[in-house]
Amino acid sequence: MNKFRIEDLSVRYLDNNESLRKINMEIEENAITVLFGPANGGKSTFLRTLNRLNDLADVKEMSGKVIFHEDNILEKTTDVIELRRRIGMVFSRPVPLPLSIYENVAYGLIMEGEHDKKKLDNAVENALRKAVLWDELYDRLQDSAYAISGGQQQRLCLARVLALEPEVIMLDEPTSALDPVATAKIEELLNQLKATYTIILAPHNIQQAARMADYAAFFLMGELIEFSSGKEMFLNPRDRRTQEYVSGRYG
Amino acid sequence: MSKQQGNLVITGIIKIAGYSSIVFVTLILIFLLREGLPALGSVPISQLFSTIWYPIQGYFGILPLILGTLLVTLVAILIALPFGVCTAVYLSEIAPKWVKAVLKPVIEILAGIPSVVLGFIGILVFVPFIRTFFNLPTGLTGLTGAILLALIAIPTVVSIAEDALNTVPDSYRQAALALGVTRWQTIWGVTLPAAKTGVLTAVMLGVGRALGETMAVMMVTGNAPVMPTRLNSILMPLRTMTATIASEMGEVATGSTHYQVLFFIGIVLFLLSLAINVAASWVSMRQRQRSERILS
Amino acid sequence: MDKSSRTSTLIAESAGYTLVHLITLATIIPILGLVGYIIAKGSPAISWQFLTAAPTDGMRAGGIFPAIVGTVYLTIGTAIFSVPLGVAAGIYISEYAADNAATRLIRLAIINLSGIPSVVYGLFGLGLFVIFLNFGTSILSASLTLSIMTLPVIISTSEEAMHSVPNSFRVVSTSLGASRWQTIRKIVLPQALPGIVTGVILGLERAVGETAPILFTGAAFYLPQLPSSPLDATMALPYHIFVISTQVPGMPVEIQYGTVLVLLVFVLGMNLIATLIRTRARAKRVW
Repeated sequence: MNKFRIEDLSVRYLDNNESLRKINMEIEENAITVLFGPANGGKSTFLRTLNRLNDLADVKEMSGKVIFHEDNILEKTTDVIELRRRIGMVFSRPVPLPLSIYENVAYGLIMEGEHDKKKLDNAVENALRKAVLWDELYDRLQDSAYAISGGQQQRLCLARVLALEPEVIMLDEPTSALDPVATAKIEELLNQLKATYTIILAPHNIQQAARMADYAAFFLMGELIEFSSGKEMFLNPRDRRTQEYVSGRYG
Repeated sequence: MSKQQGNLVITGIIKIAGYSSIVFVTLILIFLLREGLPALGSVPISQLFSTIWYPIQGYFGILPLILGTLLVTLVAILIALPFGVCTAVYLSEIAPKWVKAVLKPVIEILAGIPSVVLGFIGILVFVPFIRTFFNLPTGLTGLTGAILLALIAIPTVVSIAEDALNTVPDSYRQAALALGVTRWQTIWGVTLPAAKTGVLTAVMLGVGRALGETMAVMMVTGNAPVMPTRLNSILMPLRTMTATIASEMGEVATGSTHYQVLFFIGIVLFLLSLAINVAASWVSMRQRQRSERILS
Repeated sequence: MDKSSRTSTLIAESAGYTLVHLITLATIIPILGLVGYIIAKGSPAISWQFLTAAPTDGMRAGGIFPAIVGTVYLTIGTAIFSVPLGVAAGIYISEYAADNAATRLIRLAIINLSGIPSVVYGLFGLGLFVIFLNFGTSILSASLTLSIMTLPVIISTSEEAMHSVPNSFRVVSTSLGASRWQTIRKIVLPQALPGIVTGVILGLERAVGETAPILFTGAAFYLPQLPSSPLDATMALPYHIFVISTQVPGMPVEIQYGTVLVLLVFVLGMNLIATLIRTRARAKRVW
């Protein structure tokens, strides 16, 4: 089953940076789809299109379709707030909101209008458990989210997304600011989570791409060069440019 | 009311508030024109721009008031400029951090002192001082007003000039120092010239502050509406536009010619400050674009 | 460069440094001197009676209570109008406005508002509030006039405070399904609050000390009793200072300095509070 079907997606910003040209691909459920390629190739743009976070940016033009549950989410009529709850996102640097740990995890639910203390408590605990943070943080939930380590912060950001029980989790270079131990923890977590979620990951290096990919998409200068299973992509790439990138000749 | 509607209402209110400043500037202009333009019908233009201001006898020449304002402002800025720029240079380029942390609040204190308080101190301290120092019949002179105006303009000049100096990239200073130029030469030869337009903006806004100041000038300049024709007019009593409005508006009948002319002076002041502020923001905007080009 | 010319450059430079120091001192010391002088000369006049009694004997004796109360009323009146409007306008410019011609026009209008001479605000208040809207010479007219005058300070400082909140917070909040208004209310405003409060206080500080805008819109020379409604005129500290230092012959200097000191305490007290809030908020800030 595919979660997204992307047809002829093109995006251009006012400053012409990081645009996308005619992207066609499908994103599978319960798998990790890896987007990789040199910087400014359009990976972030792609992710920010799927949850319409691009609405905050200066988009000059956007065309094509992104089909999610039979609907083209690029339509004006899309309920973007509902969409963003179903498609969670984790960013390259951990950005805890300037609130307590508890409030960070409960943030999305509170914004949704959930005020039942009991439900919120449960949701926070569940989310923190899924992100393997509960044991570390259960007795300091009221502390500032800035009082914990960078690795914990990034897992907190993941927990914050999980609390909304989304269908899709997108991660944009989630480990680029983390040390190897914290990175390993996040990767392990993603491998567990893919049983229940659709995961789209833009890794911050090619090794992580190769380790994590069930499916892989190679983005170069706004174009999707190659899209295949992870195994195929890294062992037997078809396109010359993919071969060169995978073997480390540029990028 | 649903949450969505609530959001819409709030967004609407915020949007209206956002445009409020345009509404107010327009309203101010409209009301000044409404009350002040009829002056052109009551008083012939040639008379309006003549040299005698003596409303009781029907003389409405605003020229002495305009020149009074310009003269006091000019002298004020000549005083404020060296003090203001030197202090800004000291704060931005020379002062150790802790000194800066102490001095900046002091400058802010000066900015916060109400002009009526400065006027009061002017009457009790500066007026007698000017009288004895220059051996004049009265200490209520243009110069006394200019000194107070300088005090009022200095904080503006210091803070904007200091901002301008702070935006000069450190690489300029380092490049100069690396060439073996001393710090002193760097300040005057590199940093200050690079911040030139910022300092210019500071001076312009200082002029704007001084031009519009009312109470302090009114209290110490003697309020004699004479034409300041010679340079030593600064050592005699004179009268500014703002002081004229403030001292006479209370006594005129609404709608009378005198009333209209006072509003007309208001229009002149409004246009002058408009011109200065637009020019200053144009200069600083151009500067910003230029430095962006240089840096990118 | 030979040795002697280098020495003479050095001497010239150290003379230059000394000059800069001296000029800075010449700027700073009078300010402190001024404040110290007023405190020294004014504090003997300050007594409970001075602060709580009405002036008597043609203002040459008694206290300044009505002027203090009037200034408090005007400050509150100004805050009622200018704070909500100014902060909302700040929100609009920082969070909603696109970078287009309309926004540039708004910015230009704000710059102009901040440059208009205070006495011109007085004229405007007279024309619009006192005469056209028929509010008369009143606390209401004076407060409205002062509000419009303080508006640019409040707008620009609020905008700046919100602008300094990192954009990543907005992006994250939005990505978690918060609407724009929710993001502003839950994240941007709380984080910008100290900056906004500082700006509001600094704006009101200016209103407290202004005389020219209230001259013909609400200030009274002398009132035997306190104003009983917003449509009454009122005494106010700055105007009172003007009156007793220029309009009343034979005024005891002590009362003059005492009154000036009270106004100065008002204004500098607000300044101090604003500075404290700003410093504390900077120290506590996590980003």
